[in-house]
Amino acid sequence: MTAVQTAPTSAPGDAAGSAGRRTGIPMARLTLVELRKLADTRSGLWLLIVIGLAAAGAVALVIFAAPADEQVFDGMLAFGLVPAAVLLPVLGILSMTSEWSQRTALTTFTLTPARGRVLVAKLIAAVLIAIAVTAATAALAAVGNLIAAGTGGDGSWHIEAALAGQLVVMQVVYVLMGSAFGALLMNSPLAIVLYFAIPTLWSVLGEMVKWLNSAAGWLDLNVTSLPLSEPGMTGDQWARFGVSALVWVALPLVAGTVRMLRREVS
Amino acid sequence: MITVEHLSKRYGSHPAVDDVSFTCEPGTVTGFLGPNGAGKSTTMRMICGLTPPTAGTATIDGQPYRRLGNPGRRIGVLLDASAQHAGRTGREVLTLAALTMGVDKRRVDESLERVGLNSTAAKRRVKAYSLGMRQRLGLAYAMLGDPGILILDEPANGLDPEGIYWMRGLLRNFADAGGTVLLSSHLLREVEAVADKLVVIGAGRIVAQGDKAELLAASGTVVRALDMAALETVLRRIGHAGTAATDGGVVVQADAETIGRAAADAGLVLLELRPAGSGGLEQMFLTLTAGDSVKEAVR
Repeated sequence: MTAVQTAPTSAPGDAAGSAGRRTGIPMARLTLVELRKLADTRSGLWLLIVIGLAAAGAVALVIFAAPADEQVFDGMLAFGLVPAAVLLPVLGILSMTSEWSQRTALTTFTLTPARGRVLVAKLIAAVLIAIAVTAATAALAAVGNLIAAGTGGDGSWHIEAALAGQLVVMQVVYVLMGSAFGALLMNSPLAIVLYFAIPTLWSVLGEMVKWLNSAAGWLDLNVTSLPLSEPGMTGDQWARFGVSALVWVALPLVAGTVRMLRREVS
Repeated sequence: MITVEHLSKRYGSHPAVDDVSFTCEPGTVTGFLGPNGAGKSTTMRMICGLTPPTAGTATIDGQPYRRLGNPGRRIGVLLDASAQHAGRTGREVLTLAALTMGVDKRRVDESLERVGLNSTAAKRRVKAYSLGMRQRLGLAYAMLGDPGILILDEPANGLDPEGIYWMRGLLRNFADAGGTVLLSSHLLREVEAVADKLVVIGAGRIVAQGDKAELLAASGTVVRALDMAALETVLRRIGHAGTAATDGGVVVQADAETIGRAAADAGLVLLELRPAGSGGLEQMFLTLTAGDSVKEAVR
């Protein structure tokens, strides 16, 4: 073994290797890698570009089509975040599923055998990208608001801190839901289809079937997340949102974690 | 140092790997030989902690793979060159690995150069790579963290003859400088040129292992007579019925003297009587594993 360690081209590597043996790879490094992986493929990069363009389009729509008194910063931000709420979860899904459909799990888990840490790094990366996208949309909304103010719109800058928080929470919960579906289903097309289909189906059923209606008030994320984009969310609304988020995010995430930790990589 | 002890893997009632034990020492190249489906890849995946074994253990320098906090710095692994995201460029694949391992990013370009991928190739997406280029990228990936051990599953697949020759030199130098190499292949000829030790596996079980030189010496004797039918009768009488070699002779698991005397007693004219060497090893390899590869082909 000593012969190996003093081996050929080596020297710097082994010192770090033995130091890292105990601690493993730092979470910050893993998170950075996972963040980079979100945007270093064509699909990931274009998804982010499309989110940006759609957000700009949404803000522009407010300027051109909304009545003057609705051309305000918080309105533009909430509307500008709609595309991200739909598309960002797909990025979360792909972050989980591409490891399996592109078979990179083989190299990912040979470099980081602690699969749980990779999973956590992916979730942190997803949360960070959700926050970053919200911030970027806020910048777009600010530019839009300046234009609106110059073209006869209201241009008010007032935004309640609670609303800003709600908007971030919404993005984070949706992207985590995507990640959870991806971790559980491990297949890109399947996870994307089911991510959109199951909640929609549930909403439709909730509307149609009477005895499901009251349950939907607590379990339909599409319904319970609506108050998030408006100011003045009540405690009851938070409770309903929390319960449905638990069902749609925590449940698949726990099942997905178990599956990912146990699955044989080949 | 790789230590594999009584490693087994069952899928249902099918034993993919059955009680496999061997070690790979520093300074040596170990050739892991067997037909497709013999259990080579499963064994390698178990060594790397990707597949949980049903029984037995595998350790890297005395530790299970999963306990090596940052394994890329100690062991380089190439299990499947095609298992890379098709949409990433070659350089990006290595950059991600360098970031994960905490290796200086400058090493990415060095590694690419070492495996013969130029800057144009590095900028292309893996989707556009030929299998040979993917193998080269995989080797660069495995060697990026400057490890002392390499585990390579069929790395010669898709390489052209010049590439295979180059890879042999690379692995030989690596081992000569004190590195440990475990290299799998289904072609004896491919590993024979570079391996010091051979581990032959068939149907999940080890059928032969040891020093290449010893295995070659023990691989029997080639004998060819003017009257082959008479020779076969004689051989059968002394209990050493051989197997037909491709060049018309017979490979017999007995030394030259035994065969020579038996032939002389029977008054046979021998045209050839020599150690079988690698030809005999190939014969043995085929005999020991033939049934399995047929099964594998049909399965």
